[in-house]
Amino acid sequence: MDPFFIITSLLKIVGILFVVILPMVSYAVYAERKVSAAIQDRLGPNRVGPAGLFQPIADMFKLLLKEDFTPRNVNTFYYWLAPCLAVMPAIITIAVVPFGSTLFGVPMVIADVNVGILFVFAIASLGVYGIVIGGWASNSKYPFLGGIRSSSQMLSYELSLGLAVIPVFLLVGNLRLTSVVRYQIEHGWFIAPFVGDWMNPWKWVLAVPMIISFLVFMIAIFAETNRLPFDLPEAEQELAGGYNTEYSSMKFALFFLGEYAAMITGSAVIVTLFFGGWHFPGIPDGSRGWIFGVINIAVFFAKVAIMIFIFMWVRWTLPRFRYDQLMRLGWLFFFEIALVNIFVAAWILAYFPSS
Amino acid sequence: MPFTTREIESPDAVTQVSAADAAVREPDDDIGEKMVLNMGPSHPATHGVLRLVLELDGEIITKATPDIGFLHRGDEKIAENMQYNQFVPYTDRLDYLAPLSNNVAYALAVEKLMGWDIPPRGQAIRTICCETSRISSHLLGLGAMALDLGAMTVFLYTFTEREKLYDLFELLTGARFTTSYTRVGGQIRDLPENFIPQLKKFLDDFWPSLDECDKLLTRNRIFVDRTKDVGVISKERAIAYALSGPNLRGSGIEHDLRRKHPYLDYENYDFDVVIGSAGDCYDRYLVRIEEMRQSVRILRQGIDKLPSGPINVADWKNMAPPKSRVMTKMEELIHHFIVVTEGLDAPPGEIYFAAENPKGELGFYINSRGGGVPYRLKIRAPSFVNLSILPELLPGCMVSDVPAVLGSLDFVMGECDR
Repeated sequence: MDPFFIITSLLKIVGILFVVILPMVSYAVYAERKVSAAIQDRLGPNRVGPAGLFQPIADMFKLLLKEDFTPRNVNTFYYWLAPCLAVMPAIITIAVVPFGSTLFGVPMVIADVNVGILFVFAIASLGVYGIVIGGWASNSKYPFLGGIRSSSQMLSYELSLGLAVIPVFLLVGNLRLTSVVRYQIEHGWFIAPFVGDWMNPWKWVLAVPMIISFLVFMIAIFAETNRLPFDLPEAEQELAGGYNTEYSSMKFALFFLGEYAAMITGSAVIVTLFFGGWHFPGIPDGSRGWIFGVINIAVFFAKVAIMIFIFMWVRWTLPRFRYDQLMRLGWLFFFEIALVNIFVAAWILAYFPSS
Repeated sequence: MPFTTREIESPDAVTQVSAADAAVREPDDDIGEKMVLNMGPSHPATHGVLRLVLELDGEIITKATPDIGFLHRGDEKIAENMQYNQFVPYTDRLDYLAPLSNNVAYALAVEKLMGWDIPPRGQAIRTICCETSRISSHLLGLGAMALDLGAMTVFLYTFTEREKLYDLFELLTGARFTTSYTRVGGQIRDLPENFIPQLKKFLDDFWPSLDECDKLLTRNRIFVDRTKDVGVISKERAIAYALSGPNLRGSGIEHDLRRKHPYLDYENYDFDVVIGSAGDCYDRYLVRIEEMRQSVRILRQGIDKLPSGPINVADWKNMAPPKSRVMTKMEELIHHFIVVTEGLDAPPGEIYFAAENPKGELGFYINSRGGGVPYRLKIRAPSFVNLSILPELLPGCMVSDVPAVLGSLDFVMGECDR
């Protein structure tokens, strides 16, 4: 294999994981606390460092130094496996998401596989195993209920998640996430096709099923990442923490980080699929100079940050669904909408005057 | 006696096995599909130390057994061992979310025994106390219910308002939480100078803030789904279980002690008795929201008609005279000494007085054999009575409904366990 390819890939993996994603996860916790404070008319963390900026580091040390307690009667192997399973899929998924154009001629995506979105679904769905296994292995009733809720929730929403993106790929004709971004650069973002022949009314007609797709996809991602209004598996007030009740110290922290990593990955996928990825109208890609490559990466993460803000905004505004209401919503509403949406998109596409 | 020793002996292994074999099995649960879930006493949704033993079939509750008494302090027995006024601080700890109205209810009960009517200004001050604490208690009930359903922001909004109320209580009584404001025959002190302007300012700020919470929840689809047709109490059941307060009115029964058996000066205030129709969690929530608005109305009237004059009864043989007189007059000094050391001289007899407290009908039954100490004092705690409906209300609900039902019943364990 080409040693240049191996070295750049390693650099990208290390760079994206340790320089971007992990700090982003810990600062997403900080952002969550600041955003919730702003929404709730409070100050939020402001003691550790300037404006509380070192709070995540302090939190991490606190969690590391806590007693790592393993209750009696747990299934030790699965009890230890669950936190790893919760955090890994979210981080692996990011591998196929293009987070920039090119930098010094190197494409800014760790693995540009041709099954792109299928890989995302396949790996992201593994995240539920962390919760289910954690709930089972804890040998306690509250985590058990949380695990059961989680598995049924995933089953209901994974389906609409998959169906919601089909219109996108009907249009692109390719599962590769980089091609999705390429298509949007040429034809405009799926949500707002302002680029190219944007006067063409058919493109705006086509944007309607895209917006429906986007909404269904985003709500399904909410459910996928276990965040309010879909945080039934942990449901602090009902299940006293749900699947992570019996966990302490760094194992608990891993569940916590897994949730935030899943949120970041989910935002990244949404941005790639519907908001043009790293593209911003008027900014050329990295082939015109490394500075533009850097700007493209910055644009991508800025969009991700905006999506994360929306995640947090929703969380601190809405109450939580009930188990049966959630299932009904998933199966009787989003599933149908996503299904009909495919046919609408296909019908428009069939009559779309291809230029 | 050998018989007694056998009773207290812990069963040996053979006895345990035979006991397990003889244990009654649920007829419809032969293969043990049901799970018993212990909720509480330390659980975020049980507002203190309520313990619920839930029998679950999947997520559906088939049987619920509340277990109370974790906060039992023996308040009623304590009352038998102290003078009437010494018991006032204990009333703070009944419904600790509305201590002022407990103080007022207790003072009114003992005054009924004494046959006293306190002066108009004292009554108006007590009305203000009752209604501010009603707002404070309902705010917490509303916020905690929203919190239990996952809407944490509403909880913090209501706490911001409660914080202002606590500032007012601090101004009035010197304490934010355990107010101990009333004495038998009046109040410990008159309203401070800047209390009324601050109360006015609070009322002006409070109305829009309440509207904000209202907007966040009342039309919120998720909130309505979670609370509507959940925990329905029919009119008949509400009466059969002797519910009181917003829980009774939520079922559509127009019963408010402030109207039905007016005490203080409530017959001269203009307010609506708020009732619901369906008797579900949503209606109880709506009743609380609207009752806060009615309390604001009462408070505004109270501020307008606040009379001047004395605040306490002037029966120096039973009510400690003011310090200025104690220090200057011989007779009052003697009265002060007697009242402080022996307490007031209550006539023999028994009375029951109930006040419309935020949680419902808080009643005090006092059996007096004369003298400064009650022979028996019984507290009719609304939370205790309201919780008695849980075994009937919870079966058929899901685990997720438990916080909604508990939140809408709005109980306080300090009062329930006494």
